[in-house]
Amino acid sequence: MPDNTLTHYLCIGCPLGCRLEVESDDGDNVVEVRGWTCKKGDAYARQEHIDPRRMVTTTVRVNGGRWARVPVKTSDAVPKGQVEAICRALRSVTLAAPVRMGDVIVRDVFGTGADIVATRDMPAAG
Amino acid sequence: MITGKLSHLEQHYDVVVVGGGPAGMAAAVGARDAGAEKILIVDREKEAGGILWQCIHPGFGLHHFKEELTGPEYAQRYLASVMDKGVDVVTGAFVFDADRDRRIQLTSGQHGIRVIDSKALVLGMGARERTRGAIRIPGTRPAGVLTAGLAQKFVNMMGFLPGKRVVILGSGDIGLIMARRLTLEGVEVVGVFEIMPHANGLNRNIVQCLHDFDIPLHLSTTVAHIHGRDRVEKVTVAPVDAALRPIMEKSWDIDCDTLLLSIGLLPENELSRQLGISLDPVTSGPVVSSRMETSMPGVFACGNVVHIHDLVDFVSQESYLAGTNAGEFVTGKRRPADNVRLVPGENVRYCVPHTISTDREHTVYMRVRQPLEKCLIRLGDVYQKKLLYVFPAEMVNLTIRPRFLEQFHGDALRVDVVPRDT
Amino acid sequence: MLYDVVIVGGGVIGSAIARELMRYRLRAVLVEKECEVGFGTSKSNSGIIHAGHHSAPGTLKGDLEWTGNQMWDPLNADLDFGFKRIGELTVAMNEAQVHEIEALKRQGETRGVPGLEIWDRERTLKAEPNLTPDLLASLSAPTAGVINPYEACFSLVENACINGLELSVENPVLGITPEPDGTLTVKTRHGLYHTRFVINAAGVFADSVAAMVGLNDFRIYVRKGEEYLLDKRLEGFVQRLIFPCPDPVTRSKGILVIPTFDGTLMVGPTSHVVDDKDDLTTTSAGSDEVFDKVTQVVPGISSRDCIAEFAGLRAVADGEDFIIGPTAVKGFINVAGIQSPGLTAAPAIAAMVIDILRDEGLALAPNDHFIPTVPRRVRFGALPIEEKIRLADENPRYAHLICRCEHVSEQEILDAIHDGARTLDGVKFRTRAGMGRCQGGFCTWRIMELLAGELAIPISDVTKRGGGSWIIMQREEGEQQV
Ligand SMILES: Cc1cc2nc3c(=O)[nH]c(=O)nc-3n(C[C@H](O)[C@H](O)[C@H](O)COP(=O)(O)OP(=O)(O)OC[C@H]3O[C@@H](n4cnc5c(N)ncnc54)[C@H](O)[C@@H]3O)c2cc1C
Ligand SMILES: Cc1cc2nc3c(=O)[nH]c(=O)nc-3n(C[C@H](O)[C@H](O)[C@H](O)COP(=O)(O)OP(=O)(O)OC[C@H]3O[C@@H](n4cnc5c(N)ncnc54)[C@H](O)[C@@H]3O)c2cc1C
Ligand code: SF4
Repeated sequence: MPDNTLTHYLCIGCPLGCRLEVESDDGDNVVEVRGWTCKKGDAYARQEHIDPRRMVTTTVRVNGGRWARVPVKTSDAVPKGQVEAICRALRSVTLAAPVRMGDVIVRDVFGTGADIVATRDMPAAG
Repeated sequence: MITGKLSHLEQHYDVVVVGGGPAGMAAAVGARDAGAEKILIVDREKEAGGILWQCIHPGFGLHHFKEELTGPEYAQRYLASVMDKGVDVVTGAFVFDADRDRRIQLTSGQHGIRVIDSKALVLGMGARERTRGAIRIPGTRPAGVLTAGLAQKFVNMMGFLPGKRVVILGSGDIGLIMARRLTLEGVEVVGVFEIMPHANGLNRNIVQCLHDFDIPLHLSTTVAHIHGRDRVEKVTVAPVDAALRPIMEKSWDIDCDTLLLSIGLLPENELSRQLGISLDPVTSGPVVSSRMETSMPGVFACGNVVHIHDLVDFVSQESYLAGTNAGEFVTGKRRPADNVRLVPGENVRYCVPHTISTDREHTVYMRVRQPLEKCLIRLGDVYQKKLLYVFPAEMVNLTIRPRFLEQFHGDALRVDVVPRDT
Repeated sequence: MLYDVVIVGGGVIGSAIARELMRYRLRAVLVEKECEVGFGTSKSNSGIIHAGHHSAPGTLKGDLEWTGNQMWDPLNADLDFGFKRIGELTVAMNEAQVHEIEALKRQGETRGVPGLEIWDRERTLKAEPNLTPDLLASLSAPTAGVINPYEACFSLVENACINGLELSVENPVLGITPEPDGTLTVKTRHGLYHTRFVINAAGVFADSVAAMVGLNDFRIYVRKGEEYLLDKRLEGFVQRLIFPCPDPVTRSKGILVIPTFDGTLMVGPTSHVVDDKDDLTTTSAGSDEVFDKVTQVVPGISSRDCIAEFAGLRAVADGEDFIIGPTAVKGFINVAGIQSPGLTAAPAIAAMVIDILRDEGLALAPNDHFIPTVPRRVRFGALPIEEKIRLADENPRYAHLICRCEHVSEQEILDAIHDGARTLDGVKFRTRAGMGRCQGGFCTWRIMELLAGELAIPISDVTKRGGGSWIIMQREEGEQQV
């Protein structure tokens, strides 16, 4: 066996939390996944290894609304590495009430293909 | 559509639901579907929806809506069906008294003090967070010690941060979720400390809220002392011994300005106590029948007020059932009374409902004391089922079908969750 | 302009003196280093108006305890902070302790304390069925009572201000200089006060304040007491104050069960000397001690019901007695070493200080416009339902609930702010909002919004109790565009 790398993941498929081990070659191709109890674990480890993605949920400032922040999410999971940058960028966005659930706040955020959408109505204060 | 700024509050309702969280909303819908006509939800917050508005993360609705939603989406969608069904919702109204005639008293800035009669009453008051006093953390009493849920409200709804450098005590999901939330807001989360040898939250949250951001989780460790006169300046943390007492020789100090507590929820049962209904000392919630009826006829209870749930979908399911039965109580439809008591046995902390009837199918929710892999859930000697695993943090549910009980003639059934080889 | 009196320290002692002084035509100021009066030891104690028989004869504190005890009824009639004589039982568990309580009874009777009775086991348990059945007898003292000590401070000072007292908070006294003409100059954070008399009522720091004028003849050390509050569920579990038999050697009163004025049960206090005069920490040893001892007398109490805890510091002078009187420095009067029963004795101490000032040459011309009362504050939650409905109809702010545990309305919070509350704790100790079982989980942000609105400050400027006790921070909003 040449210099293969071992990476470890905790499976989130169910509360068993199998400790998964991914063996990859120097081209970072997955050679084998070990440690799972069911197939979900195998698939999860491959996805996490090759292209980890996350849904982002955060809030955006809103003026004149019932509350000062409106919750938002990405319409799809985005590459994990982009999460913090997206949240940071959203700190400079200000909306005006009313906002409707599903309103697109930012289209195709950072070229990920995902939109930032509001996850609730924010009626005007009063 | 979100608030119930009800212009006119009637004096008589068929069903009054106290609390407009997921429990109260589902109960109202259930009552309507069962034929009750005039239904009122009373909630003390600005808007119905309960705790969900501040839970902006995904993880809700997979069972009920068959898609993964955030808390606010779940609340808003559910509220839309409540409104569609013509349920009256009054918000900013606090129910401060209830009596055995199912008469409630509420106080509201908009409606003043009102006395309202109901034919059936549903309790859905949810839960409150345990605070510092409950675990008596030694030290000073500065600003900057707050519950994770209050911090969540500050951050997600009001737009403020609780501090710059935060230590989190307790590894329940709320604490884990807040660790990520604060990190994404630029707050430094120094670590999460858990007194038990295992984490209390979902693996998904451990991975996505802690590992993703390299936030350490210290198991079998607790906050042993709080320092700071005006504001938290540091905390002393220490590993614990078998009796969960801190081992001070091994303690260390962490500079921080905030301590978030995520140390559990307690059912909100002031009203239940005033009513004088029986409470289960284990759940701290009402004892309920398979109809989710309390010891007082015509008074039903559901959701976190009965026992603490981890999935809102089960809250909705259980509460819809409570609502249907409240509706049937009003329309006069009667079902046979329960005839079997469920007795929590080995490794079972509690079962809800507390009693069942042999003539229908029931879903029974329970919590175990110890995690087990490859185990059995045993219902007296009438039925058993294999489970791959059980965890204290995850509610176990079991469907009991009438055919399991055909040969059973007793009046109490013991429920055990045991390793497979015993 | 020359002041007649500067009072250093707004605890119950300084507050009671201030209120008595304003019966006369004087120019007086009360200077307090914390953000509110009463925020020293006077808010962190057991709140007991002691029956009058506890302290040994021949001590100043013993005499003032009994005189003070009798003064609380008229004081409460004027100021309505709330005072109930709920009575006290001192429990004897064995024969030796029975002799002990008989001796206590005689000690009280010599002083003139009425109503003292020894109750046998049966009578004791009939009155208090939740006491341990192992007890032998008890000493009943019906003259004991309870108050909310912080509310007493607030109304004393509120009344004094109505009658012309100047109040300066968050203003520590930094130095005091005797002038050649026999007057004194008091240097504070916010400026100088030139005065004829200084009353040193600085609690645990009374020795440092005395040292400012060069008096080093006494030292104050501190004995910390930890107290633990229990869930309202236990309201009524005991009706009276429950004392164990005092320790025959230390004479310490021991760990008590205290049905506080509002009905919440409290257990404590411990009693241990500490070095640091800012040491308000609670400890696990303290909590163990309290719950271990208390369950010996009232077995049904458990630490599981604890909702909050705090610690207070007793200011103990060498010799253990109060130090009250003029000093070698003209115009400088000490009221120091006011340990327990200082709260009980406060009205009597105030009267004594007035006499001292008169003897020292202060002209006391009656203030003909003295108003003895304060405006009555509404306690909405405690009103009968008809009254609630009526008030709520008049003013919907009474129907808008802010604190769910203690049932405090928006109007009561606004009243508290108008009466001078500037902080969360200021509101809490005036209204009880945030004191209940949820410990502010529900009401904190609502009160912060009201404080910010009324004081016209940003919410993030609202503090817990002044100084650096900020609660939340403004977010930093980024500049980057998406
Ligand atoms: C931080 C957090 C994260 C969570 N994450 C998830 C998740 O990812 N997925 C998931 O499925 N579940 C999650 N849950 C669990 C789920 O949200 C709860 O189980 C559910 O909200 C409980 O519903 P409820 O209606 O019983 O209580 P609540 O939502 O608490 O609602 C109770 C309502 O009653 C009102 N009320 C109480 N007393 C009175 C009174 N006397 N008068 C008037 N009104 C009153 C309250 O104001 C409140 O609105 C989470 C919970 C929390 C706290
Ligand atoms: C745990 C405990 C339980 C007790 N229980 C009882 C009881 O049940 N019954 C009873 O009768 N007594 C009781 N006592 C005693 C009682 O609380 C005290 O005797 C009383 O509160 C003393 O009041 P004070 O005004 O002297 O002190 P404090 O309340 O401490 O007031 C002194 C004030 O001076 C201020 N100050 C200090 N230095 C300066 C400065 N340089 N410039 C400006 N201001 C300054 C402080 O901030 C403080 O507010 C108890 C005490 C403790 C600790
Ligand atoms: S691999 Fe399968 S069994 Fe193991 S944690 Fe993942 S989902 Fe659960």
